[in-house]
Amino acid sequence: MAKTIEEINRKIKEGKAVVFTAEEIIDVARKKGVKKAAQEVDVVTTGTFGIMCSSAAYFNIGHTTPKMKLGGGRTYLNDVPAYTGVAAVDLILGANALPDDDPRNRIHPGEFNYGGGHVIEELVAGKDIRMEATAYGTDCYPRRKLESWINIRDINQATLFNIRNAYQNYNVAVNLSDKTIYTYMGVLKPKLGNANYSSAGQLSPLFNDPYYKTIGIGTRIFLGGGIGYVAWQGTQHNPHVERTEKGIPKGGSGTLATIGDMKQMSPRWLVGTSVLGYGCSLTVGIGVPIPILSEEILEYTTVTDADIPAPVVDYSDAYPQAKPDVLGHVSYAELKSGKIKLKGKDVPTASLSSYPRAVEIAGILKDWIKSGRFSLTEPVELLPGVNSDITVRNFKERPIEY
Amino acid sequence: MVVTKKVVLRFPKRLVERPIIYRLVKDYDLEFNILKASITPEQEGLLVLELKGDQKEYDKGINFLVKGGVKIESLSQDVTRNEERCTSCGACITICPAGAFELEPETRLVIFNNEKCIACGLCIPACPPRAMEVHF
Ligand code: SF4
Ligand code: SF4
Repeated sequence: MAKTIEEINRKIKEGKAVVFTAEEIIDVARKKGVKKAAQEVDVVTTGTFGIMCSSAAYFNIGHTTPKMKLGGGRTYLNDVPAYTGVAAVDLILGANALPDDDPRNRIHPGEFNYGGGHVIEELVAGKDIRMEATAYGTDCYPRRKLESWINIRDINQATLFNIRNAYQNYNVAVNLSDKTIYTYMGVLKPKLGNANYSSAGQLSPLFNDPYYKTIGIGTRIFLGGGIGYVAWQGTQHNPHVERTEKGIPKGGSGTLATIGDMKQMSPRWLVGTSVLGYGCSLTVGIGVPIPILSEEILEYTTVTDADIPAPVVDYSDAYPQAKPDVLGHVSYAELKSGKIKLKGKDVPTASLSSYPRAVEIAGILKDWIKSGRFSLTEPVELLPGVNSDITVRNFKERPIEY
Repeated sequence: MVVTKKVVLRFPKRLVERPIIYRLVKDYDLEFNILKASITPEQEGLLVLELKGDQKEYDKGINFLVKGGVKIESLSQDVTRNEERCTSCGACITICPAGAFELEPETRLVIFNNEKCIACGLCIPACPPRAMEVHF
């Protein structure tokens, strides 16, 4: 018997919805069987908490007296440059932005102690941020200089808008060369000294809805500790990756663009992050509810770490040189055991995304739904799936001749 | 293997005037950074150094100091974790040469065993939310 989102929402309102996390549902389905579980369970909650570089925030700071047009000028928040190419008092701040005087990788590996992600964290923590702006001045916006403290409670909008989050599957990074390398997948020791991965595996949102049958534009989600929405497909969203029998893509594939009000968010779930030798970023907490509309959808949510293969990629050569070479696939169950076997060698593994925090997010979302605080939305349109004609290409370089 | 370690050196009075650090550089090819230096009223010297060099040479250099009568303490007690900032991501586990981080299998929380820490400092810049801290 198929359910509708409307029916599920009615149960949520009455406080009667049956909700499990994507970890709990595995046992529930094992005990009850998929058929019975699909009848009884209304929602399965997922979670992930990892470094998500394509995160950003935009603000409207309100007009100053006299008025000033930040657009076309320069604005810094705690010395981190914000993008001003949007009107008078709107600003966009990217998680990767760095202060102009950050030494970057001049002394390699650079430490990247403070950047856009850290400003976002401090803003949501309610801390005052030092704003310095210069502009060229116009007849309608005469002011040219502004130095002021700003605080999230005083500005008009503070919106988190992440253009690529929650990657469905990701590479396992290793280093085949004979020197240590510093990557966005962490410090990789020479000659297969370690292997780093970054996914919550069986708890991760898109592994629980691998064909995007419930998630789409307008799906209400947990974002950074507050309520957010799926805004669009994330950049590089690619449904056409080779899949296992159960539909799990064997490499990076689906992604989400997410949006939400930062005023509801908390620094526990948006953490400014420094990646040695790489740059600054933001660690983001996301939880997506999966409505159990049918047996098929319930079955997807019972995915376990053992069912999910991840590609092992050499970050000393294959990755930087954009070669398609994969050293093999390992499952998240193997990765979580603490070591994997590669080329006859035991390689210790480490995660960059936090599984305990992912569990916590799925639990919070479950509580929100059970208590009636959070209802589900019907997506306006589902994410592009395997039948879409979306393609993801590498850059097509056409040298400019003079 | 190149190591970077922070050590506290205590010199008896008779050694204060001797060019000991110079020998570390010249004979064992160690780089040093003075983090703190003082001479007590009893004329005992205290030096907190960051030493960097090849592990074997480092060990020889330390041996030379000990033989010469210098008391050495590592700074391990002083690497701490800010539990509020630690997200239990796990990035530090394979970085730490002393195995001071351990994954609790049930919860997948990352436990920090301070006693195992040798204060090499590797985890400090490698921890993405910068939860590991050194105190002097
Ligand atoms: S790398 Fe830092 S945040 Fe991650 S588990 Fe280790 S101490 Fe905690
Ligand atoms: S300083 Fe960090 S990496 Fe070094 S031994 Fe201590 S815990 Fe391990």
